Amino acid sequence: MGDKRASVDEMVAELRPGMTVGFGGWGSRRKPMAVVRAIVRAGIGDLTVVSYGGPDVGLLCATGLVKKVVYGFVTLDSIALDPHFRAARQAGTIEAMEVDEGMFYLGLLAAAQRLPFLPTRAGLGSDVLRVNPELRTVRSPYGDGEELVAMPALVLDAAFVHLNRADTNGNGQILGPDPFFDELFLGAATRRFVTAERVVAPGALLDEGPIQTVTISRLLTDAVAETPGGAHFTSCPPDYDRDESFQKNYAGSGADPEAWNAFSDRYLDVDEAGYQEAVRQAAAAAKSQSAQAAP
Amino acid sequence: MTEVTRAEVVAVACAEAWRGDGEIVASPFGTIPALGARLARLTFEPDLVLTDGEAALMANTPSLSADRSEFVLEAWLPYRRVFDVVWSGRRHVMMMATQVDRYGNQNISCIGDWAQPKTQLIGVRGAPGNTINHTTSYWVPSHSRRSFVERVDMVGGVGYDRAGAAGPAAQRFHEIRVVISNLGVFDFETPDHAMRLRSIHPGVDVDEVVEATAFPLAIPDDVPTSRLPDADELELIREVLDPTGLREKELPS
Repeated sequence: MGDKRASVDEMVAELRPGMTVGFGGWGSRRKPMAVVRAIVRAGIGDLTVVSYGGPDVGLLCATGLVKKVVYGFVTLDSIALDPHFRAARQAGTIEAMEVDEGMFYLGLLAAAQRLPFLPTRAGLGSDVLRVNPELRTVRSPYGDGEELVAMPALVLDAAFVHLNRADTNGNGQILGPDPFFDELFLGAATRRFVTAERVVAPGALLDEGPIQTVTISRLLTDAVAETPGGAHFTSCPPDYDRDESFQKNYAGSGADPEAWNAFSDRYLDVDEAGYQEAVRQAAAAAKSQSAQAAP
Repeated sequence: MTEVTRAEVVAVACAEAWRGDGEIVASPFGTIPALGARLARLTFEPDLVLTDGEAALMANTPSLSADRSEFVLEAWLPYRRVFDVVWSGRRHVMMMATQVDRYGNQNISCIGDWAQPKTQLIGVRGAPGNTINHTTSYWVPSHSRRSFVERVDMVGGVGYDRAGAAGPAAQRFHEIRVVISNLGVFDFETPDHAMRLRSIHPGVDVDEVVEATAFPLAIPDDVPTSRLPDADELELIREVLDPTGLREKELPS
């Protein structure tokens, strides 16, 4: 049986400019951020990004690597809006496909099931149909004759998800409360990449949690990489919560070019080990500052 | 007992939105709607189902400031399963609206032309699917001609005129029940489903509402005043559900 271990840089080396790439997670939760950072380092651009959007979308917009975003929302959860996505939309530098969250889900499901579309009521009567003139409706062939939205398959060239655990064969485990749509992102993609907080030997996932937590089977995985802190600064429970102080710093980096350059120099112009070290230093500095401030 | 605040009146108005809904998911967005949903469950709608804000349903009704460790969970509801609830109609959501119009179309997507917006907001989120599949209400904390607009810039949540034009499949499960603002409560119980002033909050006069609304409202001859919390409700609001006064932060007195 194949050992699917690879490095994040090897995964990202399979991307080409112009590809359509999906990212798992939701908002600022369990996002494959180590992968996003590696894409930024590699400078692979002209991407169509498909995401329940969070700082994955924002960082790729900020670094000019995005041609188009497919989304239902982009949010940082505890901070409502991502400044870099907003800036790119307001400057008109990116294309957009904005759909209802449920339409988005059906688009991934259709792709995973090799269907051209799935029907839904969601979208009827809304401006989602006006701003996406390529969307079509379909009439039920049965007696009801209802006219429904035909949500097209969101077919991905590549998908990345970040999980709590995986094994070397590519089975993946989610120990947090919500699997989100990760399984569907992988199912919708030609190349399927899993990163995890820890990669264990085949069979050892059941030492970590019950079989129901192993929702990603190796049928859905081409390569797997161990990336501790790989979702930072987004949340990855039970391994860690969102780093709210870092997220504030990230959101603040949208204020002006100077703030962005400072953020970028410190956290993006370094490799992943350098990033994690910079994060540790920032946390230590914040801690010593708050200790000094205490009475 | 100190005087009832505007935030407390709005909390009761929000609770009233879920009256009669029975065993469905009440999904409030915003602090005061969350308070209202919990108040409804502790009083006249005991079967309402509430989420923990993550991936579960919550058996108890903790305060808004409660730590997660105080939550008693009763069932799993991850995001993917939420669509089973939405599309089966067992939900009444109260979303927020940056803009809402005369027929209840709602916008949280962007201000200006969608192609290159003046201000990008969060995106349509689930509003198109919510409005077309189950009962939807809105909470607008700041009632003005910029929020109650002639025409919204991007229709996310579908109003009565747009649902009507989209045909029977769009109308079948569509209901915009109420819009609640800091000034009053509004519904669509008119022949053409144009927005009607249902009640004004104590201390607000009708002219103030008309002035702050960019489209003509249907106004009954006698406009009722939004009801005040009774003594039990006030105690639940102040002592049990929101002892730290988060409601006053969202809507200062």
